[in-house]
Amino acid sequence: MALLQISEPGMSTAPHQHRLAVGIDLGTTNSLVATVRNGISTVLNDEQGRAMLPSVVRYLDAQNILVGEEAQRTQSEDPTNTISSVKRFMGRGLADIGDISRFPYRFLDDSAPHGAQVRLRTVAGAKSPVEVSAEILKMLRARAEASLGGELVGAVITVPAYFDDAQRQATKDAARLAGLNVLRLLNEPTAAAIAYGLDNGSEGVYAVYDLGGGTFDISILRLSRGVFEVLSTNGDSALGGDDFDHRIYCWLLEKNALSALGPQDTRLLLTQARTAKEQLTEHAEARITVMLSGGEIIDNVLSQAAFHEMSNNLVQRTLQPMRRALRDAGLKVQDVNGVVMVGGATRMPQVQRAVGEFFAQTPLTNLDPDKVVALGAAIQANLLAGNRGEDDWLLLDVIPLSLGLETMGGLAEKLIPRNSTIPTARAQEFTTYKDGQTAMSIHVVQGERELVSDCRSLAKFELRGIPAMVAGAARIRVTFQVDADGLLSVAAREMGSGVEAMIEVKPSYGLSDSEITRMLQESGQYAKEDMQARALREQQTEAHQLIEAVQNALAQDGDLLVKAERERIVEQVQMLQDSLQQTDAALLKRAITNLNDATVSFAQARMDKSVSRALAGKNISELEVKS
Amino acid sequence: MGITLTETAARHVQNFIAKRGKGVGLRIGVRTTGCSGMAYKLEFADVLGDDDLQFQSNGVTLLVDPKSLPYIDGMELDFQREGLNEGFKFNNPNVKNECGCGESFQV
Repeated sequence: MALLQISEPGMSTAPHQHRLAVGIDLGTTNSLVATVRNGISTVLNDEQGRAMLPSVVRYLDAQNILVGEEAQRTQSEDPTNTISSVKRFMGRGLADIGDISRFPYRFLDDSAPHGAQVRLRTVAGAKSPVEVSAEILKMLRARAEASLGGELVGAVITVPAYFDDAQRQATKDAARLAGLNVLRLLNEPTAAAIAYGLDNGSEGVYAVYDLGGGTFDISILRLSRGVFEVLSTNGDSALGGDDFDHRIYCWLLEKNALSALGPQDTRLLLTQARTAKEQLTEHAEARITVMLSGGEIIDNVLSQAAFHEMSNNLVQRTLQPMRRALRDAGLKVQDVNGVVMVGGATRMPQVQRAVGEFFAQTPLTNLDPDKVVALGAAIQANLLAGNRGEDDWLLLDVIPLSLGLETMGGLAEKLIPRNSTIPTARAQEFTTYKDGQTAMSIHVVQGERELVSDCRSLAKFELRGIPAMVAGAARIRVTFQVDADGLLSVAAREMGSGVEAMIEVKPSYGLSDSEITRMLQESGQYAKEDMQARALREQQTEAHQLIEAVQNALAQDGDLLVKAERERIVEQVQMLQDSLQQTDAALLKRAITNLNDATVSFAQARMDKSVSRALAGKNISELEVKS
Repeated sequence: MGITLTETAARHVQNFIAKRGKGVGLRIGVRTTGCSGMAYKLEFADVLGDDDLQFQSNGVTLLVDPKSLPYIDGMELDFQREGLNEGFKFNNPNVKNECGCGESFQV
């Protein structure tokens, strides 16, 4: 029978309905997949027990592809068809990449429109970075499905915090191509912070120091009310653990008076250098013994102190981006409440010491720095797949400003209040304002203020083809839906006829934090004025509607009135029209009430008339039955 | 009779509860659902229910609601590895029929 996992209390799933979800760290150098099983986030290993899948794809021919270790090992055999570090090309055009001669690939000189993604010519045809990444993701998906014994409902995939829309979209496309349902893209530093459970802890500012194989990233995050916000990022895209290996390699060359080695010897020495680096994390010295292809024997002992000295300037090079990131966030070292270490190179004691000294605190290192991003992504995926109880739900993304639409009188009606967690959906019914109205303009706005003119306009669209009805009879259901990536779609549907219209908008697009802050401050500042303005607009709208209705009635059934009565009504209409010029809501309300009172008997007379009109021409027996 | 855990299963459960940071034991039960009638329920337990029957096995507290017990009395829970997958296996002597994958069963 199937193997079962322990669920959270009350969260057992029906048979064959396991909500299997994974977190994927799609890295530049290595990729990992993790899941929450029996309540614990764990990285899933392959058959050989390896957690890390090198992000290398080799196209052998049109059908056969190697992914991971094998592709990496045989890279030198066929560099043009072996794609590594493809993440650097995700969502990028040729212009973004700059000097393409640095890479052994054949870039397609496309006449594609400006801004199109680069493509590489391989034996299997032209491949986009999306397709190459999809091969890595397919491999991880297969590993996950074999490990979990079922199909995945979805995955959370991590991306660098600095990835722009195009790079994020490319990552999503790659996942779709690999048959993965993307529950959400998650920023890598946020994933690391989640893995350490910082989201359950105290609010504050956290720094995430990520020194990977070939890249260095520093991110400053702020946690408030369970939501991580990326305040700033900085880094060095050409600094990583490999540079430390290279330092040892150079030292070996110098020590043994070697020059210009062949590719095989270079690889051999670099591998030895890497092993020595890893040994020096825990040992005072490392011995390096190698026999080169020419028969020379290298036998050196490298001390920890010597290694630290030769790599000191590499460590120092990470400090400048840290200072810049703090400055961009407008913070000082003492504002940082915690430091998270990510990336295998942060195992080096000299790196930990330098970071500790910089922030004047001990960085968090107890989770495996190679796995921490994937572990955090898995926790998030588990949550989004619905495997945790309601009370365990933590906010991750919220809507910064309320979303709503414009109603008569230029008022903003909020459908989704600010700070709602996403994804979310709300619907409300609206109606027509005038008799025979066949179209409705829907103006989507964002902001906290009561008047549309004080909010930010996001989009406008029209619902047409509403069947002609009396004012207020149509039922138009407007649905606001914000998906996990902050994409808003608004749909309007006339319930009687089923006519529909919709539009998609990205609400946060183009709004900086300071703009959001300003909009929020203003809403508090003008709260009272806004309330009065709203009350006035509501009365004005009602007044307009009433005047129009009374004038229509007078035109139709004016003959029902005696002269004096008619004059009184006309007078009240005039008074209400005059009051419309005023900005006093109470005055306006009084005028509305007066007009309403003045027309009571008129309304009665009209009612009688329409009843007798309805009765006219009816068979007498029908009337008897009814009475 | 009651419910038991193999030593391997007990070790894993203890490990999971320790890493999870809370939990008084393991709740085992059945629900009427699934393609063959009944399905197993396997959850962490944070509180003891008033009606819960308790069994101790290899140092782990197992909680079973009285209504579920007849369907699983005498069952042994094992932890197994199958290829890359691993998890708990229910050896239930009461089962007469089960669906292809064994996730739901009849007694």
